Parts: sequence; C-alpha cells; structure tokens
Amino acid sequence: MNQANIIETIDMIEKEHLDIRTVTMGISLLSCIRGTADETARAVYDRVLTKAENLVGCVHALSREYGIPIVNKRISVTPVSFLTAAFPEESGKIALALDRAAGELGVDFLGGYSALVHKGTAEFEEKFLSTIPETLSSTERLCASVNVGSSRSGINMNAVRRVGELVKETAALTADRDGIGCAKFVAFCNAVEDNPFMAGAFHGTGEADTVVNVGVSGPGVIRHALSFAPEADLTSAAEIIKKTAFKITRAGELIAREAAKRLGVSFGIVDLSLAPTPSRGDSVAQILEELGLETVGTHGTTACLAMLNDAVKKGGVMASSRVGGLSGAFIPVSEDVGMIEAAEKGAITVDKLEAMTCVCSVGLDMIAVPGDTSAATVSAMIADEVAIGMINNKTTAVRVIPVPGKRAGDEVNFGGLLGRAPVMPLHTGSAEKLIRRGGLIPAPIHSFKN
Amino acid sequence: MRAVVTVSGEDRRGIIAAVSAFLSERDINILDISQTILGGRFAMVMLVDVGACPKPLSEVAAEAEEMGNRIGMSVRLQHEDLFNVMHTV
Repeated sequence: MNQANIIETIDMIEKEHLDIRTVTMGISLLSCIRGTADETARAVYDRVLTKAENLVGCVHALSREYGIPIVNKRISVTPVSFLTAAFPEESGKIALALDRAAGELGVDFLGGYSALVHKGTAEFEEKFLSTIPETLSSTERLCASVNVGSSRSGINMNAVRRVGELVKETAALTADRDGIGCAKFVAFCNAVEDNPFMAGAFHGTGEADTVVNVGVSGPGVIRHALSFAPEADLTSAAEIIKKTAFKITRAGELIAREAAKRLGVSFGIVDLSLAPTPSRGDSVAQILEELGLETVGTHGTTACLAMLNDAVKKGGVMASSRVGGLSGAFIPVSEDVGMIEAAEKGAITVDKLEAMTCVCSVGLDMIAVPGDTSAATVSAMIADEVAIGMINNKTTAVRVIPVPGKRAGDEVNFGGLLGRAPVMPLHTGSAEKLIRRGGLIPAPIHSFKN
Repeated sequence: MRAVVTVSGEDRRGIIAAVSAFLSERDINILDISQTILGGRFAMVMLVDVGACPKPLSEVAAEAEEMGNRIGMSVRLQHEDLFNVMHTV
C-alpha cells in the first residue's frame, strides 16, 4: 500500500476535477431496418431500451465503487441515414423514437442522427439531411453529425454547401434558445466510428454489435502536475504530461473494462481526450497558460497545444492497448473558462483557433458567431476546417452556432456543460462563389497508398 | 476483494474507533493501517478486505461517506484497483 499514490489519486479527484467524462454505449441498429418507418422506429426503440437497460445503473455503481465521478452516460447508434434509406423523408420518426428511449433510460445524450457523405450524397441522404434542423429543434437528447470529407476521398463540397444551410436553418428553428440546436450538430472530416464524445458520436458499421467506449478527461490534473515544475524545459514538461495522461487513461480503461464486463458487451476503446468544462481549474486553455503563455491565443499557442496533444497521446497509448475515438486535447470555446476569457478580451480569434485545430484532436468547436452570418460563410468555415483534416490525415470538425439576433461582442449563455461564450467576429469577405461551385475537391496525393 | 479507506479532517478523539466499528459491523477486515497527524489534520489510509461483507461495494461506499459526514470527517471507501492501475505500468 503506497500512501503517496493513494493520496495523489484522491487529490486528483477531489481537487483537480479528475473524472471519467463519459461512458458511451455503442449499439448497432442495422438489424432494426423494417419495411416502414413506423415499424423501424418501434424496432429501434425496443432495441435501444433492451441493450442499454442497465447502462445508467451500472455506471452509478461503478462510480460509487471506484470513487471516481462519471459525468455522462451516453449512447451512440448506427448512422440513422442507413436505417431510413427506403423512407428518408420519415427519418424524423426514428429520431423521436431514439429521443424517447434516451429519455426513458436517463442517458444524457444519444448520438448518431448522422450521414456519411464524404464522397457523394445519395438521393436518400439528401432527403435525410433535410430532416436534421427539424429533428434537432424537436428533440432533447439527440445529436446529429455529417461527415463531409476524408483524406481518402476528398471533400464533398455539395455536402459542405448543404450543411452550411442546415446550420442556419437549425439556428433559426431554435432561435428562442439562442440557436442551441447547432450545439447538437457537427460537421466532420475523417469522422471516427468509435467516438464516445458528443455531438459527433455514432456507432460505425465496422464496429461490433454493442460496445462500451469510455472518454476520460482531466485537464486540471495535467495543469496541476505542471505547476510543480514551473521552470522545467519543454522536454521535461512533455514527460510530466505523458506520465499524467498515463494515469488518467488507466482509470478510464479500468472503468471501460468493468462496464463492458458487467453489461455483457464488448470493450470498445478508451478515448483519452482532455475535455474541458466551464469550471475553473478544468480548462485546456489554462494548461497552455501554465506552460508559459500570458493568455491562450497569443503567439506560441499552437506550439504549446501541439506538444500537449502529442504528449497526451503518448501517455495514453502506453496506458491502454485499446485507444481510439478522438484522443487528444479539445478546444471548445464556450466550454472552457480560459478560452471564454481569452475570447472576451479579444486575445483569441477564429483564425488562431483554426491554426490550433491543425495540431489538436478535433476542430472549431462551440464557437458562437454573429446571427447574420450567411450559410455560405458557415460552409466556407467548414470547408477550411475539413481541408485541414484531409491534408493532415486527422479528424477535424466544426460546431458553430450563428446566434440569431446577436452581433460580435454580445454574450450568449447555453447553460450547463455547454457554457457561455462571447459572439466572435468573422471575416466579412464573401465566399459565396466558391461555395456555389460545388463538386468534389479531389483526394490529396498522399491518399494513394495502395 | 480489497478496498482502500481514506479518512481525513480535523483531529479529535474517537476517529479510528468510529471507522473501525463501521467496518467491523459490515464484516470488513482491516489488513493495513497508516495514520498520521499533519498540522492538526488527521490523515489515515487503510487497506481492507471486503470479501466477507454481504453488501455490494457501491452501497458500503455510500454508507462510509454518510458515516464520515456524521463524524465530521471525509471518509472514502474505494475499490483498490483504481489505485493499482493508475500507479503501476
């Protein structure tokens, strides 16, 4: 019994916000496809209720037994567009069944109202995409995502154009709640099939029937560990981050293994992401500041984030043989107190955030933009971000909220884990013509690896 | 199955007695104790065997926390694997 190790773990939990961010059960719904939307909705509802019946209770028990908070219980499902290919206009019926099942089970979110259109959009997928705004405005817990590009296939610019319009429509339909529907909608490049985090989680078709994926977190723990070595050079700082990420990931793996065993399903992956919350001390931005930046967003931010992201991956990979998902550092603006403060004082801009997404685990996340931002501008932001993912062989994503009626500098409060954010200014030059062109941006040369 | 009990708070009489009675009432056997006072603060770590305890660990953990609240101390009872996996390669 090593007392120092025990006290270190307890301090991480009690003082540094160490938690398991999510236990997400991935459920294949391919066996639920029936001849009509109503029959499919019934089958989907029954299967989700049966498979995830014990999820919430099991997670509560694990949290108690191991004495570590588990913040979210979630479900991801097969992209719904696959289930409704024969009746895409009626996809909303599946959405309502899923939302109802999620509510009855007491899970926080259910992801997978999704379509994968990175190379082209089939007619049924066009129709499915059109149901997204209404679905997001009429459901509570359902999250939607669209994969519009990949390093292997290029960028489907027709889909990029359409997603920009969908973001605007979703904002308009949820205007009474500051466009919050957009917080449940993400556009991806290189979307992963085993992501436990929302809004982008879905259960890929290459996955086992039912799996448990766990997302760990703990930016506060990393920052705290670094605070003991204020003068360490960056090699030593990377080592500290690596060792700390190892410990955090181990805790996640323990929970994932145990949850999978008790629920009688496969152990999927541990996603070793640093996911901030709006609580002070639970911030990725503050890690970067601990490393020596006066404020996140200033020169040097990208270098710090690159080191952080890489060291987190190295520590995590050593800790578990089943690492997956997004794995790295998240930089959502409204969910990270350090980011919020930097945005409020104008220290961080959308351009700098875009640069940061070249080296972090995902992309432009939870950014409030002016309500009069055009659909073409949203599409152009998505195109830029997807291009970064395509060329760099990484996942990138865009989750922006054009807040109806708000202008740059106004503040918007989404509440809870979604946090608050100042509305950030965007460039005003039009990309209308580029977006109107449509077509496919061809796959990059380095995609031809066979 | 083994668990780790940690107790911390302001030092006073009867803490070990209260914690030991709590464990004994639930057929939990103490395997190792390490206790110290640092600047008036009581800190104790116990390794215990919960194999004979008839209740599920999650329930005992919740009861331990409640007992801690009653005696004005922070008391945690956790499965030992959390500490093992985090601190060994």
